[in-house]
Amino acid sequence: MAAPLARTAGPPGAQHGPAAGPQSAEPAAAVRPSRGRRRAAALLITPFFVLFGAVMVAPIGYALWMSLFRERSSGLGFGGTRRVFAGLANYSAALSDAGFRASFAHIALYCALYIPALIGSSLALALLVDSALARAKRFFQLALFLPHAIPSLIASIVWIYLYTPGLSPVLDWIQSAGGSWDFYANDHVLLSMTNLSAWQWTGYNMVIFYAALQAVPREVIEAAVMDGAGHLRTALRIKIPMIASAIVMTVLFTCVGAIQLFTEPKLLNQRGAPSIDTAWSPTLFIWKAGFVQHDYGLAAAASLMLAALGIALSFVVTRLGNRWKAAA
Amino acid sequence: MTTLTHGTSAARQPTARHRTPTRTGRRTPTSALLSKTVVNGLLVLAACYTLMPVSWLLIAATKNHRDLFATSGFALGDMNLLTNLRHLFTFDDGIYLRWFANSILYSVVGSAACSLLCVATGYAFDKYDFKGKEKLFGLVLGGVLVPSTVIQLPMYLLATKAGVVNTYWALLLPALVNPFGVYLARVFSEGYVPNEVLEAAHVDGAGELRTFARIGLPMLAPGFMTIFLFSFTAGWNNFFGALVMLNDDHLYPVNLGLFMWNSVTQQQPEYYALVITGSLVAVLPLIAAFVCLQRFWRSGLTAGAVK
Repeated sequence: MAAPLARTAGPPGAQHGPAAGPQSAEPAAAVRPSRGRRRAAALLITPFFVLFGAVMVAPIGYALWMSLFRERSSGLGFGGTRRVFAGLANYSAALSDAGFRASFAHIALYCALYIPALIGSSLALALLVDSALARAKRFFQLALFLPHAIPSLIASIVWIYLYTPGLSPVLDWIQSAGGSWDFYANDHVLLSMTNLSAWQWTGYNMVIFYAALQAVPREVIEAAVMDGAGHLRTALRIKIPMIASAIVMTVLFTCVGAIQLFTEPKLLNQRGAPSIDTAWSPTLFIWKAGFVQHDYGLAAAASLMLAALGIALSFVVTRLGNRWKAAA
Repeated sequence: MTTLTHGTSAARQPTARHRTPTRTGRRTPTSALLSKTVVNGLLVLAACYTLMPVSWLLIAATKNHRDLFATSGFALGDMNLLTNLRHLFTFDDGIYLRWFANSILYSVVGSAACSLLCVATGYAFDKYDFKGKEKLFGLVLGGVLVPSTVIQLPMYLLATKAGVVNTYWALLLPALVNPFGVYLARVFSEGYVPNEVLEAAHVDGAGELRTFARIGLPMLAPGFMTIFLFSFTAGWNNFFGALVMLNDDHLYPVNLGLFMWNSVTQQQPEYYALVITGSLVAVLPLIAAFVCLQRFWRSGLTAGAVK
């Protein structure tokens, strides 16, 4: 994993030379008696790790345990339930469940639309703001970032109102231009969802890309301009390759976010969009399995498979990114 | 493993950057003007797109129920903002204000404690050597990878066993743990807290914890703020967790309350005004916080940018 780039304005006079990476961290004070240091380190990290164990490690362990059992109601359902060891039955049940499989197909299709749209627009906007031609750079950054300050639930509610006939000014504009559009129609609902997510995340990613662009040495860009490269060519040939790793990281975070999609489909489903059913996305499926059908074994198995997918995605994208960087 | 590179801070502020010459020998002034217009025109369009829903929300919050449907979205109807606000704050014995207070508790208190934990842990990872340090840190990084929604269901079942489900703790405890914050704090500690300063404190006879509290912590203040902002946003955004953990509507954060109201709008359209006004009141403090604290989220995002 590459170390991050901390470009923060430190306290004046602080040394900002290349700091040592964690691997080569030199002990700050080898001369100090080490017992006090050990105790201090233990005191500082213990509270976090206790909580980390309680709310991260324990639930994962518990999910593993639950996924191996099935609840069997005994008799007429009055006698409570018995736990029966089920081996991998829950996993195969989830994998053979048409709804669970379909939910991944939905997300894959959504990503195919969403990721190019999101990365393309964030990158284009970052390059525009970074170009020497842009005015009011601060204002544009803030205006584009603003949606990220809005909780996704509220963003979803507002956009859904903007999709609703009678409330929506957008539909009024379309009608006055003589067109017609139904945001909830089967062919359009994925676009509606993409727009909803893109509105929230474009500015956020733009700021990340813009920050990465600040680290591109100005001399390189000036040299390109001197050689007669136009703004567009400088952007495509010099700036984009130099921030490739930031792009890869963003794609990764977007994928990991996309497989967890919950709020947006939940609200579209509530609105009665016909093609968004109650198990449209993997998290909705888990929600339904756990909290509606009370099939905890199935829900736990599905959760773990989703987590595994998220972690696998992280590895794949990081590996690709490293190879890409090596090739660049 | 690559080394950390810290940009030369002051010289890199966007405002202080000297611009590249916009005109090279080959360009005519007209084409330069044209490309300037195109660039800024595109940015204005993008800004219109991002600001449109928020401005609609602002205008819609001033309308009564009839005007919401009768007037066009951006046309002003009768001014009813105060009536809407009064209705929002008094509806159902002022439940909305209670939700708002709950949201503040979950996000402000939770994030402050969370950031303190992160900073302490990150500092210790940076400044101390102990057995299995990098393995433990790997565990933290592994925690960053685990999708939060995925552990929600087992966490709910564990919380049921522990008897904390449907209490304030059900949302506060998970909010305290932020692995990415620990990672950020370690990066910040490497960048902000020079070892020489700690050495000097030790020479003066200050103990380890005192050195951390008196010297490390103040130096890490910007990092603390950045982590706080991230956690605060996550806390204020946490809808799924609240939906899973809470039944009692007196414990709801604003999000979940609005969600519940929104779910009945199709049967009872008079709830629209409540949801719209309630959404506006919920986002204004966030927007204000973001505008005021720009510097911090900027540095946080950049710390996450990888070179």
